[in-house]
Amino acid sequence: MPFLEVKNVVKQYAEHLALNNVSLDVPENTIYGLLGPNGAGKTTLIRIINCMTAPDSGTVLLNGKPLTFEDVRHIGYLPEERGLYKKMKVGEQALYFAQLKGMSRHDALKALKYWFQKFEIQSWWNKKVEELSKGMAQKVQFIITILHEPKLLIFDEPFSGFDPVNTDLLKQEILHLKEQGATIIFSTHNMASVEELCENISLIHRSKIVLQGNVAEIRASFSNKTFKVITREPVLDGHYFELVHQTRKNGGVESIIKKVEACNNNILLSEILQQTEILAFEELLPSMNDIFIETVSGHSKNSIEN
Amino acid sequence: MSKIHLIIQREYTTRVMKRSFILLTFLTPLFFAAMIILPVWMSTLKDEKEKHILVIDQTHQYINALKSNNTYIFDFIDQPLNQVRKTHKKDKKIAAILLITDDLLKNPAAATLYSEEQVNLETKSYIEGLLNEYLREQKLASYNIPDLDKIIQDSNSKINISTIRWDEEGKEKQSSAELALIIGMISAFIIYMFILTYGSQVMSGVIQEKTNRVVEIIVSSVKPFELMLGKIIGIALVGLTQFFLWIILTFVLLFVAQFFFSNQIDMSMLQQTNQMAAMPAASMENMGNTNILVVLQSFDFVQIGIYFLIYFLGGYLLYASLFAAVGSAVDNETDTQQFSFPLTLPIIFALFVAIYGAQNPDSSLTFWCSLIPFTSPVVMMVRLPYGVAVWEIVLSLAILILSFIATTWVAGKIYRTGILMYGKKTSWKELWKWLNY
Repeated sequence: MPFLEVKNVVKQYAEHLALNNVSLDVPENTIYGLLGPNGAGKTTLIRIINCMTAPDSGTVLLNGKPLTFEDVRHIGYLPEERGLYKKMKVGEQALYFAQLKGMSRHDALKALKYWFQKFEIQSWWNKKVEELSKGMAQKVQFIITILHEPKLLIFDEPFSGFDPVNTDLLKQEILHLKEQGATIIFSTHNMASVEELCENISLIHRSKIVLQGNVAEIRASFSNKTFKVITREPVLDGHYFELVHQTRKNGGVESIIKKVEACNNNILLSEILQQTEILAFEELLPSMNDIFIETVSGHSKNSIEN
Repeated sequence: MSKIHLIIQREYTTRVMKRSFILLTFLTPLFFAAMIILPVWMSTLKDEKEKHILVIDQTHQYINALKSNNTYIFDFIDQPLNQVRKTHKKDKKIAAILLITDDLLKNPAAATLYSEEQVNLETKSYIEGLLNEYLREQKLASYNIPDLDKIIQDSNSKINISTIRWDEEGKEKQSSAELALIIGMISAFIIYMFILTYGSQVMSGVIQEKTNRVVEIIVSSVKPFELMLGKIIGIALVGLTQFFLWIILTFVLLFVAQFFFSNQIDMSMLQQTNQMAAMPAASMENMGNTNILVVLQSFDFVQIGIYFLIYFLGGYLLYASLFAAVGSAVDNETDTQQFSFPLTLPIIFALFVAIYGAQNPDSSLTFWCSLIPFTSPVVMMVRLPYGVAVWEIVLSLAILILSFIATTWVAGKIYRTGILMYGKKTSWKELWKWLNY
């Protein structure tokens, strides 16, 4: 049973259909990517999961039971547009939000101490938020989101505004949270981080899900059967493949080859083996970035033609 | 609903700790106390100084008209003006020299005041008054009416209507329409002011949370309605705190001042001046003759105080929820105009009705406006000190309470949608649609 199930959700705003029959399953203890161009309906979906707005039709199930407002305390939400009270002190504010999520003051203080120490930001405790830089405020906001140890975490563009060092720190934290058992939904435009972190994704475009599934499987299905092979001597076109590109590299030859006839990779390899010694072999899968662009622009074209 | 108290607490503490709140709360009573004490204090100062006026009366007619009293002392001398001026040049006691060259009945411009400094208006009008009075009597005397002195004295007697109100048991109560007017106006004005200032605080609070995007985090923890209610209640408590502090501090200051000035001013005098300062000139005489303590006791201050609180809260809740809805519908403070203007209109109208109603507490306009929930908190306050039938109060309160429940519900619906809407200019039509989401 999936941890979170979104079933046939429809949401209509005044003159705009924000979600058109959207369904997705998030397995427990995985990282789920919610992708899509701006205005596709991601934020609306996230708000529905957060019980901030209600769907016109369809249901959201958590652990098989309809999601209620009571469950929201088990959710941690990092909105895309970060927001903190500017005039309030960092520590005071973090305590307030933790208590709003149902933590006792004592527990919240303890947890905050741990996280402030971990991120080495103890000195910010008595600073007002307006004194912090944007990146600093983001860190505080991240702590606030995960402080109450939610079972479900929703990050909307978590890496925007972070420098590479802090992006990496955040990635490690997200992976760490997953190891500890959290389920994470993760909305982003950063496709590299999707490949790195997400097990499953849904791609929403124009209020509909246009692509859904396991990241590895999706990439495999988009495969254009291109391989990189490094050999001792240059290879020539074979029966099962043709040469796309070849360069000489220190001690070997790197060739990009394309399968021309459906066959097992072993057969392909044996054909190359007959020509020369193989040093390395790797399938070149399209990046999520390519898949994203291809899917979205392809759909746009289709809908224009229609 | 358990999290509302957290929101109330935050709204309350952040506002009460603000420097502007603390300053306003502690300086305003000083201002109130100064308003009450200063006139008394100044009146004690003024009495000490005597004013000598030298009179050169060339007609020798007016020695009876210009009689000295404690403040003004008239000295008649029979010397030419230039000489008088020379001899008394250095004399600081002389306020002015009055020269009368001709019969004032024939030549009204024959009197002139000379002085080294600008003669103050009070001295001038005092002398004018004395001379006018004397001339009037002289004119009357010229008609040769027998017993004229007596007639004049009769006609001089001043009328003083005392007002007596029957209470429910038919007992007579000495009351004062003037005092009722003052109490009514003050409480109506305070309610008006509090609703407007704290209502707009709710609005700007909502806008701030919306533009800061804090609201997204909060409504992922609490329901929007709880957030709105918590904010409204928190700010109401700020208002009540300020109000009670004002009352307590003003009384403390007055008490201290009384202690401080005790050898110069007694409290009854202080009260008297206080009433007078706030009252139209016509009723001053009247108050002077009425026993203030008796009249004050005729007002049930506890009752008026309780009604004040109920109407303040009712009116505030009614308007604050609407202000919250307006705040949620806009993106920034400059866009509030189109929505907040129709909101402030009825409350300003209420103040005008209250000013009118203070003199006509039982007119049909004031009656209806004290039932309509948008005006009743302000208008009813002016009527209350005059005494209002119980059924009217009950009806007016019932309508008020029902309406604020209704507006809070409506506002909650608009608010819920509005706080998550960005970058759109909202129209009235859209607000109406949000009600049905």
